[in-house]
Amino acid sequence: MDYLLTEEQVMIRDIARQIAQEKIKPVAAKYDAEGIFPWDIVKIMAASDLCGIYIEEKYGGTGGGAMELVLATEELSRACGGISLAFAATALGTFPIILFGTEEQKKKYLPDIAKGKKLAAFGLTEAGAGSDAGAIATTAEKKGDHYVLNGTKQWITNGGEAEVYTVVASTDRSKGARGAAAFIVEKGMKGFEFGKKEDKMGIRASATRELVFTDCKIPKENLLAKEGMGFIVAMKTFDQSRPGVAAQAVGIAQGALDLTVQYMKERKQFGKSITSFQGLQFMLADMATEIEASRALVYACARMLDSGNTKVSKDSAMAKLFASDVAMKVTTDCVQLFGGYGYMRDYPIEKYMRDAKITQIYEGTNQIQRSIIANHLIKESAAK
Amino acid sequence: MNVIVCIKQVPDTTNVRIDPETNTLVRSGVQSIINPFDMYAIEEAVRLKEKFGGLVTIVTMGPPQAEEALREAISLGGDEAVLISDRAFAGSDTWATSYTLSKAIQKIGKFDIVICGKQAIDGDTAQVGPGIAAFLDIPQITFVKKIEDIKDSFMRAERMTEEGYDIVESPLPCLITVVKEINEPRLPSLKGKMRAKKIEIKKLEAKDLDTDPDLLGLKGSPTKVVKIFTPPPRKGGQILEGEAKDVCAKLVELLKSEVC
Amino acid sequence: MSIKVINEKCVGCKLCVKSCPFGAIEIINKKAVIDLDKCTLCGACIESCKFDAIVLTKLSPTDIQFPKKFDEYKDVWVFCEQKKGVVQSVAYELLGKGRELSDTLGNELCGVLLGENMKEEAHKIIHRGADKVYLVDSPALKHYQDEPYSKVLIQLIKEYKPEIVLCGASSTGRSLISRVAIGIHAGLTADCTGLDIDKKERLLLQTRPAFGGNIMATIICPNHRPQMSTVRHKVMKEAAENKHHKGKIIEKSYDSNIYFSRTKLLDIVEEIEETVNLTEANVIVSGGRGMQSPENFKLIEGLAKALGGAVGASRAAVDSGWKTYSHQVGQTGKTVCPKIYIACGISGQIQHLVGMQSSEIIVAINKDPYAPIFSVATYGIVGDVFEVVPELTRQFKEALKR
Repeated sequence: MDYLLTEEQVMIRDIARQIAQEKIKPVAAKYDAEGIFPWDIVKIMAASDLCGIYIEEKYGGTGGGAMELVLATEELSRACGGISLAFAATALGTFPIILFGTEEQKKKYLPDIAKGKKLAAFGLTEAGAGSDAGAIATTAEKKGDHYVLNGTKQWITNGGEAEVYTVVASTDRSKGARGAAAFIVEKGMKGFEFGKKEDKMGIRASATRELVFTDCKIPKENLLAKEGMGFIVAMKTFDQSRPGVAAQAVGIAQGALDLTVQYMKERKQFGKSITSFQGLQFMLADMATEIEASRALVYACARMLDSGNTKVSKDSAMAKLFASDVAMKVTTDCVQLFGGYGYMRDYPIEKYMRDAKITQIYEGTNQIQRSIIANHLIKESAAK
Repeated sequence: MNVIVCIKQVPDTTNVRIDPETNTLVRSGVQSIINPFDMYAIEEAVRLKEKFGGLVTIVTMGPPQAEEALREAISLGGDEAVLISDRAFAGSDTWATSYTLSKAIQKIGKFDIVICGKQAIDGDTAQVGPGIAAFLDIPQITFVKKIEDIKDSFMRAERMTEEGYDIVESPLPCLITVVKEINEPRLPSLKGKMRAKKIEIKKLEAKDLDTDPDLLGLKGSPTKVVKIFTPPPRKGGQILEGEAKDVCAKLVELLKSEVC
Repeated sequence: MSIKVINEKCVGCKLCVKSCPFGAIEIINKKAVIDLDKCTLCGACIESCKFDAIVLTKLSPTDIQFPKKFDEYKDVWVFCEQKKGVVQSVAYELLGKGRELSDTLGNELCGVLLGENMKEEAHKIIHRGADKVYLVDSPALKHYQDEPYSKVLIQLIKEYKPEIVLCGASSTGRSLISRVAIGIHAGLTADCTGLDIDKKERLLLQTRPAFGGNIMATIICPNHRPQMSTVRHKVMKEAAENKHHKGKIIEKSYDSNIYFSRTKLLDIVEEIEETVNLTEANVIVSGGRGMQSPENFKLIEGLAKALGGAVGASRAAVDSGWKTYSHQVGQTGKTVCPKIYIACGISGQIQHLVGMQSSEIIVAINKDPYAPIFSVATYGIVGDVFEVVPELTRQFKEALKR
């Protein structure tokens, strides 16, 4: 389908595609098996100017936005949904600064991220605060010219590898979600340590760790927005980043389908290529159509964001929900089409199925997405 | 450090057909790429620029569409691009190609190093690099796998041989041809691609070069192709079947006399 | 290319001495003397000299004379590459082919040998069928260097006018022969796999593969002499040795100017390979992605050893770091044509096939029966490399008693 991309967007897509094909594909299986963080790929992305495609030119980026981020994430994820996450999770950790940072904060942090010198991460989830983000127990106590952070963030993507963390903590637990604030924390600050690296089902080339804060002193200049705005920072960030997760899902699904079509052409049963069986052809057609539909939804949503529309919660929830459910379904069917080979780790397809699963879970489970969509529907109807 | 890189646009695949009517290669439908060995030449030139400063000029001789190859080379870090294109150059063999390229290089002006890939994958001759050096009357180091050092107008480099390598020193300016081992080419960057789109490509025709028309193109080429044919395709052979032990025994029997 | 002081014009003013960035000029007996070991022919002194007493002659295509009378050109020459004082076997292969060509043309087969203390080797060339050997013996020619070698060869060709010059397509041959062909405006065809004579026209018919062997081209050189070709190692059959064959050795020597080289050979490094040189090998055992790890390559090495062969690798294996680039066979690696090529766990991408499909016998071992490698294999085994290769090694060892 022709999405009428700009010349620059086509360039970004082509570069990301080339990195995926030539650099990520050969190492994907190994990095997955051994849980290797893809620093070498990050360096390549940096050299190709990909790290700054969603950051303004005056901060060292190339001035794109959500659409550029989505295009690159999708292409990278076609080769490996785990490796692409080093890039996509940095965007997630950077959006709070892009959206709410002061001029000083942007000048300080964005150029290094745009150049790919530093990665970023976003810290919200805790052991007792998953979908219920208002229940966060990490505290930030203001003492003079600084805040003191205490608590533990769980399952933080890019944890340990990133240099810049945007972390949501509560300045007033009695206020619940309205007592939260967002902070920029740098790796190496005293009292900021990392828990063990999690052993995951999929996206194994990405690093997932706990962030542990023990009387961690943070200069008050590192507060993002205002006290009490933490939850809004998080929600607005997710509005921006959900199309990114959705794009990751589209990429994973597309990558799995590419491999499957290729395999089916070569695989012969009953004396002919298995692409000649109509039952299997129908499966391919359905998969391709569903992937295209989710891509269209994701791109439309990204373009809405880039147009400056701020009322995107429902649409970005829809994109994330639909694309990730499609990814799970498609990758499951792809494994099916590979037959017995599909179940074997020697073949690359089962990895896609493992990688797809997380897209239904993180950055708001698909059940949460459905709640968001439904709530909007009900609100809209009440306003009529 | 001004470096000139000579590149060639070649068909991407090695599956090339011949038009039986005209006995020429059918190139349509086959994607064109920069000769893979030239990618190492471009990368090495860009690295030299990053280390010593200066300009990287990419040169190619070919049909007008070879401009694409030049733009790609710019996206990989080249600064300037020169397309040498003229009907008069058509049909050049390695002699006439070397002659024309050397004339273009003289026209471009001052340079410290000329870099070529060790050979092109379509012709496989490895003759044009040394040929240019001969015409320019500059020293050459062929099959370079590493530039060890450049200091005081001298280059020290490792030249690959069948047994290992020679360490050779050459005064600048000189020409080198490079092998794959020399580096790992980078991928294009976004800023590079944007620059490549906008860059003005300098075009040189026969009249712009100080050349003898008798030495150009088909006329100036000592060698002439009289026949092109497709070799009989290699047929798939015999598949040996059975248990590993038995198939191995069969194979050993078949090959034993050949090995001794 | 040469530089000369015209003594009649030189007044010994020393301006050139100051101008030389390389300290290559001295005033001896009131005349400038250029030390050719230090000179790089940069030309700085020429600009500095107010008396036009230094002349630099550069090669220019307009100096090239077209040979008008072809009948002056006769004989078939073989450039006999030597390394460490030993003539390389590719030269003997070319002498075998050269003999056929010269017999057809009814002229003489001549070897050309450049080196130091090469007299004995010159005799060996005669024993391989040469009627004459042009020998240029000088310490300056001990090791191959582009400029002295090409200048000497150009000089010899200009002097004796051969009809055909053949040269091995080795790294040395390829570097040398192109410079020579430019210098004498001769046609040069690289990597010929077939050489024949059109008797009527007295033309050398040179057949060579292009596009990785997917097409063949026959090339002639109608209007220039000599006709020059390079031929890869192991393409032609070596000439038999006959110690009774008689021939003449023509020793030539030149003044030191011709041996001058701007490049300096500082060192020759031989890399110790675990097995023999790929392009030289009669048998090559290659491994690909299917070998899965560097440790498993030991199986490949084991089989290669049992067969007295070399170890090759596909690009996938080299890119994974299991083998060094010097082992890579294929489009961006080496092109090989051994008697037997055994591909283990190599799927057979076209880029690999072009590097090995001219091998005489190809054996493919792969678990995927649809791998493209089987389409070029003489013998195919569909099976697990980890099972087949060790078994094959064992059985070959037994059969060959190695």
